Amino acid sequence: MNVPAAWYLILAAGLFGIGAFGLLTRRSALIMFMCIELMLNAVNLTFVTFARTLSDVSGQAIVFFVMVVAAAEVTVGLGIVVSVFRRRSSTSVDELSEMKG
Amino acid sequence: MSASAYAIPSVLVFATSALLILIGAIGVISVKNPVHAALCLIMTLIGVAVAFVAQSADFLAAVQIIVYAGAIVVLFLFVIMFLGVDRREHIHFEPLVGQRVFAAVGVAITVGGLIALMARSHWVSGATSVTTKLSSGNGNVRELGTAVFTTYLFAFEVTAALLIIAVVGAVLLARRERPTQSEESA
Amino acid sequence: MATVATLILLLPLCGFLSVLILGRSLSEKQVGIIGTGVVAASFVLSVICFVLLLHHSSREVTVNLFSWISVGTLHVPAALLVDPLSITMCLFVTGISALIHLYSTGYMHGEKDFRKFFLYLNLFVFSMLLLVLANNLVLTFVGWEGVGLCSYWLVSYYFERDAAASAGKKAFIYNRVGDVGMLVAMFLLFSRLHTLTYLTIFARSGTLTPTIATLVVLTLLLGATGKSAQIPLFNWLPDAMEGPTPVSALIHAATMVTAGVYLLVRMSPVLALSPSGRMTIAVIGGVTAFVAATIATSQKDIKKVLAFSTISQIGYMVLAVGVGAYGAAIFLMVSHAFFKALLFLGSGSVIHSLNGEQDMRKMGGLQKYLPLTFPTFLVGWLAISGIPPFAGFWSKGDVLTNVFEHNKALWVLGVVTAILTAYYMTRLFILTFRGSERFRADTEGHDPHESPWVMTTPLIVLAALTVLGGALDLPWVHHDSLAGFLAPTFGYVAAGGHADTVVQYGLALVDVAAAIFGLLAAYTIWRNITESSRYESLFLEHVWHWDDFYDATIGRPLTDAAQFGDDVIEPKVIDGAITGLAVSVRRSAEGLRKVQSGFVRHYALATVLGLAVVIVFLVARVG
Repeated sequence: MNVPAAWYLILAAGLFGIGAFGLLTRRSALIMFMCIELMLNAVNLTFVTFARTLSDVSGQAIVFFVMVVAAAEVTVGLGIVVSVFRRRSSTSVDELSEMKG
Repeated sequence: MSASAYAIPSVLVFATSALLILIGAIGVISVKNPVHAALCLIMTLIGVAVAFVAQSADFLAAVQIIVYAGAIVVLFLFVIMFLGVDRREHIHFEPLVGQRVFAAVGVAITVGGLIALMARSHWVSGATSVTTKLSSGNGNVRELGTAVFTTYLFAFEVTAALLIIAVVGAVLLARRERPTQSEESA
Repeated sequence: MATVATLILLLPLCGFLSVLILGRSLSEKQVGIIGTGVVAASFVLSVICFVLLLHHSSREVTVNLFSWISVGTLHVPAALLVDPLSITMCLFVTGISALIHLYSTGYMHGEKDFRKFFLYLNLFVFSMLLLVLANNLVLTFVGWEGVGLCSYWLVSYYFERDAAASAGKKAFIYNRVGDVGMLVAMFLLFSRLHTLTYLTIFARSGTLTPTIATLVVLTLLLGATGKSAQIPLFNWLPDAMEGPTPVSALIHAATMVTAGVYLLVRMSPVLALSPSGRMTIAVIGGVTAFVAATIATSQKDIKKVLAFSTISQIGYMVLAVGVGAYGAAIFLMVSHAFFKALLFLGSGSVIHSLNGEQDMRKMGGLQKYLPLTFPTFLVGWLAISGIPPFAGFWSKGDVLTNVFEHNKALWVLGVVTAILTAYYMTRLFILTFRGSERFRADTEGHDPHESPWVMTTPLIVLAALTVLGGALDLPWVHHDSLAGFLAPTFGYVAAGGHADTVVQYGLALVDVAAAIFGLLAAYTIWRNITESSRYESLFLEHVWHWDDFYDATIGRPLTDAAQFGDDVIEPKVIDGAITGLAVSVRRSAEGLRKVQSGFVRHYALATVLGLAVVIVFLVARVG
């Protein structure tokens, strides 16, 4: 008898919350990216839990695609981070506030 | 339902994965050194992989380790090196007024709400699948492969295109500008 | 007949248009010829029309020009009504206008706006003719407004002078106030009788209730007081003397100011339905005549004396209308036109000879320098004082006789006014033509010269008319005279009975005695003095402080209210509301602007908070 789905779902929710909090609180662009990865993983965990509970492999297929997209996103995102922060001395996103007002 | 009604191994596995995940997550959001943060991220990813295995998503667990922990985090580390390892963030100083408070409140409400939502809807509801059945006896990889290459074929092709675009984009973004002063002054 | 009548009306309009269009290329002489010529031609046509009317089968001829307004039950044709009353008015209006046009070619010679003068004068004649010839109230109102407008233009002819400009404005505004009365009368009549054509009104007037009839009469009276300068709307006329003297002669003596009396006389069948209305009219006329006469005794300016004299004489006419003596009122109107125009033109001649001096204290002894003006002025003076056998004696006597038969108190007032009339006119005559030559101090040795023939000829003609004018309506030939001619127009009214001959002779004697008494009194007092605080009073000179009263009760409060509106309401309330709206929008936008802080983390926080709200909502719904 496996652990009930509820526990994994609560775990995933908590992971998502931690990732969101980190995203809002940290200033470094790289750390923010890592927090995004945390949130994506929380979603993946949820999908897999549902796949197991509903006995449906579609959930796992979705996770597959999420991972692909996450990879692509990280690639491009880090490219942007590099090109933006190449000449600056800090990676703080608070410095990118030209769109103010 | 009490925990003792479930098999001990399942509970142990769950506890392990939960521990790994949570400690890693808290580490990511609270360490100063970005390299340490990347290492904590790896810990979380391994925790998630364990959870995958426990939910009979074997292939995904493998992909998780290989792609996520092996490629994506490595990429993170490359960029950290490139931009300077010793760039540290001043964690205790928050320039934006009220950001942490509101963030905590917002996140707490979101998570709490999510859990409440799920609890009220009996956690998991819905019919079990007929066509894409899990554990139909053919092994996880075969089942997943069948689903991806038949039911979700179009999405698969599109993600292939997406990957090409991502590669092109990354190359373009990271490229240094060629010096053009000599051309302009000539 | 129809063509003749239409041409009478249109010739002055053609004069106006041709001077308007060709004005720049015409010389002074040509403008004068066109202007005078069209009015003289109108006069000739009026005479022809008069003769035609005498031989016509009916005494009322309607000439339809075109259908003007036709909306629902309101049908207003552009049509003329040729009947004894309108033909009488046409005759003396065009005749006197022609003479005054001729006079103006001399008087206004050398003025830089010569053309403008004749332009307005012709337009005025057209409007006045429209007023008297119209067959319905609306067309009359068009003419009514037209004469008011031309009066405004002509009074402020010397518009660079502040006094002239504000006098024109005052005249127009007082007229306007009176016009409200005329409009309300029109509304009342239309709402009850559903017509505005005179003949139809008279036919249906029996259906009016006494209250409505009284209301109509009172509102018509208001309109008449505005146009004819009676109490309470009379103070514009003395100020209107700022205009050139021919204007004063034509508009403010002979024609426009009689329009009010004409209107009341025209609406006589409606007046017949309201005894209280008629009493009001009579009282207003009598009181105005008296008050104006008192004021005239203390004026120093020759034209102002004549202006108040006009108000007084029109008061007599209004009084006659009030007692129902319409024929007598018209007779006085015609003879007054003769001798008042004569007096004004004569005074213009005097002013012209003294190069613009109008203060009587600076005149005197002009008898020997003005050999033509003097005798004609003398005739006018005797006529207005009521000395037989000039026209004034017969016409004023006719009015007073009729008043005596209806109301003794008003008759006494009339006789006292007659004494005052003789008094102030003699005072004017003596101060101007007799006595020492007080003008020597200002004229530096030049003698005053007589006016050119274009100015003296009208004087002679008018003097002749004044002498002979009495023949229009001598008491013992009533039936074949003016009153008889006009009788069918007033046939709707029960004609007042005539007193027997003894009373008539007695009243005539009283009239003569009053005139001679006033004359002698003035002669004795003013023979040797030019100014006297005993016989002149500041209260009378300042028009019983009537202007100040209006200023304090109406003028000043309105100006203050307007000033308040300008100072407070305009900037604070109206501007404030709109500016306030704009400012509040801007302030709220500036407040909202702060949301765009530029920090990515703020935006992310906003997203998460929004997500929290959505999830709470979902939880609530599921639960």
